[in-house]
Amino acid sequence: MIRKTLLSLILILTLFAPTAQAQEKFIIVQSTTSTQNSGLFDYILPKFTAKTGIEVRVVAVGTGQAIKNAKNGDGDVLLVHAKPAEEKFVAAGWGLKRYDVMYNDFIIVGPPNDPAGISGLKDVVAALKKIASSKSFFASRGDDSGTNKKENRLWKSANINAEKDSGKWYRELGSGMGATLNTGVGMRAYVMSDRATWAKFANKGDYKIMVEGDARLFNQYGVILVSNKKHPRVKSQLGQRFINWLIGSEGQSAIGDYKLKGKQLFTPNAK
Amino acid sequence: MQEFNTSFAIAADLIFSAKPELLEIVMLSLRVTLSAVAIACAIGFPLGGMLAVARFPGRGALILLFNTLMGLPPVVVGLLVYMMLSNAGPLGFLQLLYTPAAMIIAQAVLITPLIIALTCQVIGSLFLEYEEQFKALVVPPKTAAAALLWDARYGLMTTALAGFGRAVAEVGAVIIVGGNIAHVTRVMTTAIALETSKGELALALALGFVLLCLAMGVNACVLAVRAIGEKRAYV
Repeated sequence: MIRKTLLSLILILTLFAPTAQAQEKFIIVQSTTSTQNSGLFDYILPKFTAKTGIEVRVVAVGTGQAIKNAKNGDGDVLLVHAKPAEEKFVAAGWGLKRYDVMYNDFIIVGPPNDPAGISGLKDVVAALKKIASSKSFFASRGDDSGTNKKENRLWKSANINAEKDSGKWYRELGSGMGATLNTGVGMRAYVMSDRATWAKFANKGDYKIMVEGDARLFNQYGVILVSNKKHPRVKSQLGQRFINWLIGSEGQSAIGDYKLKGKQLFTPNAK
Repeated sequence: MQEFNTSFAIAADLIFSAKPELLEIVMLSLRVTLSAVAIACAIGFPLGGMLAVARFPGRGALILLFNTLMGLPPVVVGLLVYMMLSNAGPLGFLQLLYTPAAMIIAQAVLITPLIIALTCQVIGSLFLEYEEQFKALVVPPKTAAAALLWDARYGLMTTALAGFGRAVAEVGAVIIVGGNIAHVTRVMTTAIALETSKGELALALALGFVLLCLAMGVNACVLAVRAIGEKRAYV
């Protein structure tokens, strides 16, 4: 009985295995939700596939998880937005070289009644101080994503230990950007978001951008080829071709061409 | 909440326009979950039957174990399967991560305990009726289990449906091992999660209605088979 069961299991699995290997030319890119949710990938990836015949399969998770997955060898290319963590990834030998790809910026959104009175502030650190001192709700990603890492650094610059008040005015949601925005709007909390996700987000309610334009809200995206020294199965050649395209003139202009309601969401800046 | 009305309209539109993109997602959902149910039943029916009929030390503990595993959180199953199939894991060489096969494995792991526990329950109560006869005729447990499984085949369809329901509705496991890759591993539940995260609540809810219709279709098919079969068996 056991042998029969095992046989049927293998049979069922093999039925599906070939479909997985059928398109042999594909790479897996570990990336962030912001690049996927903003619609950028849907716009630029078909151009790359049309030119090279290489299919790009995107796994969109938070930057922290993307880096972890890449360390496990479960991706050929890493495209995320947390420069210090990316440099650590390369220095430890998990990735080959880090290239700048594009940037946009973070913003803080909030309800129009603006309980902390931060609307229009150019200084993001001052805004965070006001949120903390007025104990206004602030919804944090709390998921070790690129946005979350940035937010933590900003709290540090403001000399505020927000985590101490976690569960009071400071709410760590442990969710992706979209889920955090959904919840944040629901609980009338301030939320720090990347501009691309916010632009595409459809459940804004009456929320408005409160703080933008501070140089410290700069949001740089980088791309790294996962090293095949630790994981020999990484598709280095195909992955490098994707990176070359992305930081080359074609990829860069494709990124610059992507617009939502007439607005450019990412600015290419590969060197 | 005008989202509800919009959702119904979008759902109706989605179903009747039968967009190829949606069809692809629906078909993958069906393919993955039906395969997982087939695997889980192939393991769960015989195991559950034996567990109901055979008497051995540790049987009670085993039943308790499978009953407990019915409450396995999908995310935990997803993590376990991810760790096995990851390139850093013991089964990485199979290259199954981020493929439909990985999603099938995860869902099968998720619902096999449920199938075992429910089968054990169904066969167990049937066994009480026949225990004397089996004893008198000295029927070995294996044969008894097989006979009872056949006898209870229509009841066991409901067991399979319970497994189908749990598998088709879960998102935690398939999003980890499948990666929600467009055109490759995107199923109904991960598409719903994605649209929710984009704030497209009406569309997400509409996809939920579509998923419900899908489940209804599968349930209707099984119930029809059951009704026809029972009529043939008892008339």
